[in-house]
Amino acid sequence: MYLLEVRSLTKHFGGIRALEDVSFKVKEGAIMSIIGPNGAGKTTLFNCITGITKPTKGKIVFSNIDIASMQPHKIARYGIYRTFQNIRLFRDMTVLENVLVSLHNQLKSRIFGSIFRTARFISEENEAAQRAMEYLEFVGLQSAAESKAESLSYGEQRRLEIARAMAGEPHLVLLDEPTAGMNPQETAEVIELIKRLQSIGKTVLFIEHDMNVVMEISEWIVVLDHGVMIAEGTPYETRNNPLVIEAYLGKEI
Amino acid sequence: MEKYLRFIAAPALLSLLFLPFGGLKRAVALFGFLAILIPALKGLFRYLIKHKERFIFKMPQIDKKIILIPILLLSFSLPFAAKDYIVDIAILTCIYIILAQGLNIIVGFTGLLNLGFAAYYAIGAYTYAILTARLGFDFWTALPFSLALSALSGLLLAIPALRLRGDYFAIVTLGFGEIVHLILNNWDSLTYGPNGISGIAAPSVMGISFESLNYYYYFVLVITIVALIIINNVHSSNIGRAWISIREDEIASSSMGINTMSYKLYSSAFGAFWAGLAGVLFAAKMKFISPESFTFMESVLILCMVILGGIGSIAGVTIGAAVLVVLPELLREVQHYRMILLGAGLIALMIFRPQGILGGRGVSLRG
Amino acid sequence: MFFQQIINGLILGGVYALIALGYTMVYGILQLINFAHGEIYMIGAYMGIIFLAFFTAAGITEQSLALSLLLAFVLSISFTSAYGYTVEKIAYRPLRGAKRLSPLISAIGMSIFLQNYAMLTQGATDKVFPDIMGAAGVDFLGIKITYMQIFIIVVSSAIMVLLHLFIKRTTMGMAMRATAQDKTMASLVGININQVISVTFVIGSALAAVAGIMIAMYYGVVNYFIGYTAGIKAFTAAVLGGIGSIPGAMFGGLILGIVESLGASYISSEYKDAYAFALLIVILLLKPEGLFGGSGEGKV
Repeated sequence: MYLLEVRSLTKHFGGIRALEDVSFKVKEGAIMSIIGPNGAGKTTLFNCITGITKPTKGKIVFSNIDIASMQPHKIARYGIYRTFQNIRLFRDMTVLENVLVSLHNQLKSRIFGSIFRTARFISEENEAAQRAMEYLEFVGLQSAAESKAESLSYGEQRRLEIARAMAGEPHLVLLDEPTAGMNPQETAEVIELIKRLQSIGKTVLFIEHDMNVVMEISEWIVVLDHGVMIAEGTPYETRNNPLVIEAYLGKEI
Repeated sequence: MEKYLRFIAAPALLSLLFLPFGGLKRAVALFGFLAILIPALKGLFRYLIKHKERFIFKMPQIDKKIILIPILLLSFSLPFAAKDYIVDIAILTCIYIILAQGLNIIVGFTGLLNLGFAAYYAIGAYTYAILTARLGFDFWTALPFSLALSALSGLLLAIPALRLRGDYFAIVTLGFGEIVHLILNNWDSLTYGPNGISGIAAPSVMGISFESLNYYYYFVLVITIVALIIINNVHSSNIGRAWISIREDEIASSSMGINTMSYKLYSSAFGAFWAGLAGVLFAAKMKFISPESFTFMESVLILCMVILGGIGSIAGVTIGAAVLVVLPELLREVQHYRMILLGAGLIALMIFRPQGILGGRGVSLRG
Repeated sequence: MFFQQIINGLILGGVYALIALGYTMVYGILQLINFAHGEIYMIGAYMGIIFLAFFTAAGITEQSLALSLLLAFVLSISFTSAYGYTVEKIAYRPLRGAKRLSPLISAIGMSIFLQNYAMLTQGATDKVFPDIMGAAGVDFLGIKITYMQIFIIVVSSAIMVLLHLFIKRTTMGMAMRATAQDKTMASLVGININQVISVTFVIGSALAAVAGIMIAMYYGVVNYFIGYTAGIKAFTAAVLGGIGSIPGAMFGGLILGIVESLGASYISSEYKDAYAFALLIVILLLKPEGLFGGSGEGKV
């Protein structure tokens, strides 16, 4: 039912209270968004969930396991993958290789196989390349497979990040500002992508500033301001919540 | 006039700095030299940049593998065509190729700056030397121990050191290299100190000893080729990709499921392994080793080979190693200036072409 | 005997502290380990000898040793500071925006360059500093301290106090502290970053020069390689005190000097240099922030 539960999550950086007692639940299969003014703690929240930052207090329960202080790679293997606000691609690697990295854990051959190029190794590599291409097709980047990641356009890079995240076959996908810096057409493509993710069974949690996107596809919204959760609810509820309006101070919702 | 004055400000300063060290006559000469050279260089740069198109050199689009054929032919026919002196250098080149490849795994693939790589080289060489010359083992028995000990020391150093940030990690590796050197020099009962160990055995296969120069050359050549193949294969596999992803963006790599700590450890051990192999081959060739061959300068030299050739590029590093072994030999006359040129070269390389000769991509010989 | 070693330790410590300050200030501002700093110290030592020899040849020493020494000090410090300034301009400034490890490698290159530069111009053999003060000294409660030793301790302490005042009380000192904390902000409030960086290098080099000359006077010999060993040790001292922290560098230097002195006399003098390396590794592994370390606290 609830894939992820954040309980009383708190993160202090020295004197700064990035997150203060944040609690919410993420329903399985849902599309949920985290919104809030700049500096509200949204990316810190993501970082805590994915293990990049260790919370000061609180629990993060994912499939009945408290992942609050786990290392990022372990959390990834449990089924949470993400994209980054500032695009962290493996720039010197090709588009295909970027996706292949996420497939790493499904490649069983060890060093022996790679050195001697055993049949099993070769077939695994081919299989992995095929699956990686499928993910690239999902985001529409299959023709750029052999290009270096850094040569892609901004919008393509964001889509590559999504493909890379998907390749880990996560249950939960975290997207950090997936439409940042995009024009309306690219934004519409991302919205399509998120809907398709849901249609293949993924749960999506995303941070967004573009309220049109938020209102269009979110089923549930969590609002943060200065590290505190000030509201949560449906798009309609959120839109009309005076606290939320006040936090944004005149921003059009 | 004013413009020319600015041009000579730099030569004036440099000559002034040189004055106490070099004396008046040479300082004036330097000033004259620089006052002409520096403006000329600046003018040249300006011209080159303005007319860039005329000078861009496009690499022909050939299958890179074709280059291997003449190289292999040359390598195998070398002893027939060349003097012993040249074969000797060729052996040394192969040893350094292996060394540079080992460092490239750590620095190039994984992005960890190691300033004490000579330590693993030394451990391989000395383990082999002690086992054969002092304890009487033969090559094939001593080899696995030397390799294992080198790889192990790579691993053991990395375990605590990898908790540190990049430049601190580099310093710790430097410290480790120095400590190993100090131990080699002072633990007389084990290593014979500065006198070194002599009487080291040469390898033999099925009764044929590889004492002779040419036999040893083929032996080392084959091993080098095998090493390059192995390293290339590992590079274009999921292990290699894991390493490169760590170098490119460690946080993203970790978030995509890569156990970055484990892979950094593998990288250190695997790289050190090759250094150990190079050490064994070196000791067996020279039949005598001493701590002098394993100083910080040696670590720097190997690092230069990697940087010059192109960090991360297997082919590039091979070229870098070859250049930095052969070039000093060609410039035997100016032996004195070897190190100072190396220092200046490093600075220039970092400023003008940090990616090295082959552009430091993660290019394997995949073509 | 023990106190004798403490005195020795303080001397060594004072010298290490002066060199360590250069490392720590540059690291505080540029996050760069100035590998070539040890060589600046070495150049300072050579300068001291060269200039003293020059003034002796010019006949000044006969008339007044103090004047000769003073002139030698002043010129050595000036020239060495100029070296420091030039090194930054050539090897580090062009790499200002580059990836983290490029400047470090360039620094290594510069270190090698300067070492060999000294070797090629001044020869590979030791260079001798004339024995000026001899072994004259005072006897204090059974401990013998030479005038030379007192001189070193006094000069080191005086310089450190002056530096502290400079950093805390002058405008440039404030600019340096601001730049160390946040380069971008500092430039936005109108501080000339390039100038601040140059000043940092100049001051650091001047301190190293003083250390170099004093060591040349104290031990009587220098060679082109002293920069490397002293550099590593001074860097250890800086890390021990917390890299980026000025008081840290001072204390780190003193502690290292005493540890090395005691270690050399009570444990083994063969492995003398190893103590610094071992200490460095231990600190980095256990407490990399050092004694006074911590982001922003007590930085330049």
